[in-house]
Amino acid sequence: MSDEVLFFQEFSITGGDFSSAGSVSTEIKSILKEIGFHPSVIRRAAIACYEAEMNVTMYAERGVVRLSATPAAIRIQFEDEGQGIADIELAMQEGYSTATPEMREIGFGAGMGLPNIKKNSDEFEITSEVGRGTKLDIVIKA
Amino acid sequence: MAEKYYHPLEFMLDRCNGRMKCMRVCPTEALRVKQGKVRLIEELCIDCGACAEACPSKAIVPLTDPFTRSSKYKYRVALASPVLYSQFGLDIDPKVVVQGLKEIGFDYVVDVSRACEEISAAIDIFLEEYDGPGPLISSFCPSVVRLVQVRYPGLTELLMPVNAPREIAAREAKERLSEELGVGMGEIEIIYLTPCPAKIVAIKQPAEKGRSWIDGAISIADVYAPLFNAVSNLADDEIDASIAEEFTFGAGWSMLGEMTRLLGSERGIAVSGLSDVTRVLDDIESGRLRGIDFVEASACLGGCIGGSLTVDNMYVARSSVLSMMRKHGQGSVVDRNEVVGKYREGYYFLERKLAPRPLPPLDKDISAAIRKKKEKDAIYARLPQIDCGCCGAPTCRAFAEDIVRGRSKLEDCIHL
Repeated sequence: MSDEVLFFQEFSITGGDFSSAGSVSTEIKSILKEIGFHPSVIRRAAIACYEAEMNVTMYAERGVVRLSATPAAIRIQFEDEGQGIADIELAMQEGYSTATPEMREIGFGAGMGLPNIKKNSDEFEITSEVGRGTKLDIVIKA
Repeated sequence: MAEKYYHPLEFMLDRCNGRMKCMRVCPTEALRVKQGKVRLIEELCIDCGACAEACPSKAIVPLTDPFTRSSKYKYRVALASPVLYSQFGLDIDPKVVVQGLKEIGFDYVVDVSRACEEISAAIDIFLEEYDGPGPLISSFCPSVVRLVQVRYPGLTELLMPVNAPREIAAREAKERLSEELGVGMGEIEIIYLTPCPAKIVAIKQPAEKGRSWIDGAISIADVYAPLFNAVSNLADDEIDASIAEEFTFGAGWSMLGEMTRLLGSERGIAVSGLSDVTRVLDDIESGRLRGIDFVEASACLGGCIGGSLTVDNMYVARSSVLSMMRKHGQGSVVDRNEVVGKYREGYYFLERKLAPRPLPPLDKDISAAIRKKKEKDAIYARLPQIDCGCCGAPTCRAFAEDIVRGRSKLEDCIHL
């Protein structure tokens, strides 16, 4: 794919900053709308992105989000410095959650985060190292 | 082909002196001020009327119908709501207001409260049987519907397909009066006394492209003076016995939260004011509103009593509504089984499906759109980003977009 039709932007997330949590996904969503992706593609991207952004906010110190968009697909990469995930297979199970009571109070902790991200993406790859952080790479086809 | 949108606002350019107040309050950045005169980008406008309210020169005029009667119709019917009664303070009873409307030339007065209760019941059934994605969004506020269609096209499917109480009340009145009076429906003119310009567009060009049962709309502000006069001169014993008997305050929703309160569901929220509505829609789009089934949304702060064509202070009006509720009670006026029957026949549903009305992307071709998006971001980076408005666009970002869309030139920025 030629660089000319590649849109790229990087964002940062501060762990524990719940007051601005969700702002990256809101911004990504408005970029995708401007470019003119189909509403259903944008909706999937928005949901996946929001879940992933919340994961970084809840479990990491800080994170970066890289958005790449081409006419064919939207790729969003999340890379955080944080506690990491010990057992990814377990974390991917619906209903499994390590959310604290505080997180549950604001509506998280149903154990649907990662499964929901996967459900809304066409390609999904996650790697993690305990004590260092997690990398998530998702692609949504346009 | 580009669709033509009707907007209920007239821009009187001779009165406009380019002070840009309208441009700064427009929630969808639909206004520009070029060569000292305001200009509307039609496809962005959601008819909220914020610009008309902000204009110090009264250059933006809501296109309500005149108070004078049209000779086209034999009978004129006023569609009144608790929003209207709330404008007259605590001392004037709604029944007196209804009688007053008869004094100033309406042959019949129909109250929308009953329809509000019917619609609440219909929405209850709908919510109970619905198992799609949520939360559902109320569709009675025309500006909210248009905001969703334009800015949140992906959420259009969440707009409740149930008709607004004003339409149901108008339909019932037309059918009943046409039978009682033995005249065709075409001879009965239904006039909605409107608290906002958005309802006018909902009548002239319904969002779902169906037809409206309402024939015209007169602004509450326009009817206020003659009505206030009539009402002040009325003694209690001058009220028709029929009004005194029939009148019930029912379940009129005139302020925020009333609809949610009437619903069986406990998982509803009520939100008003376009900036808060936008925030909630953003949350819905991100899947962030967990555990909420229903969102009652009104573009005007406080609900319809906060409409730009009302007269009384919204907080005073709110207190009047509360006191009317206490005085008249809110006993049910609707037979639930009857509603269920009509619901099954499809009586309460919008004639057609609400379709998204997404903004034109930067380019129809996504590759070109990506190039233009990059160009726009590069232009924006060069701008002072202080949103001074001197270029005629409300923000530097909107200006950058205007340039890539060919609506402006970089030279219009006085800082570069």
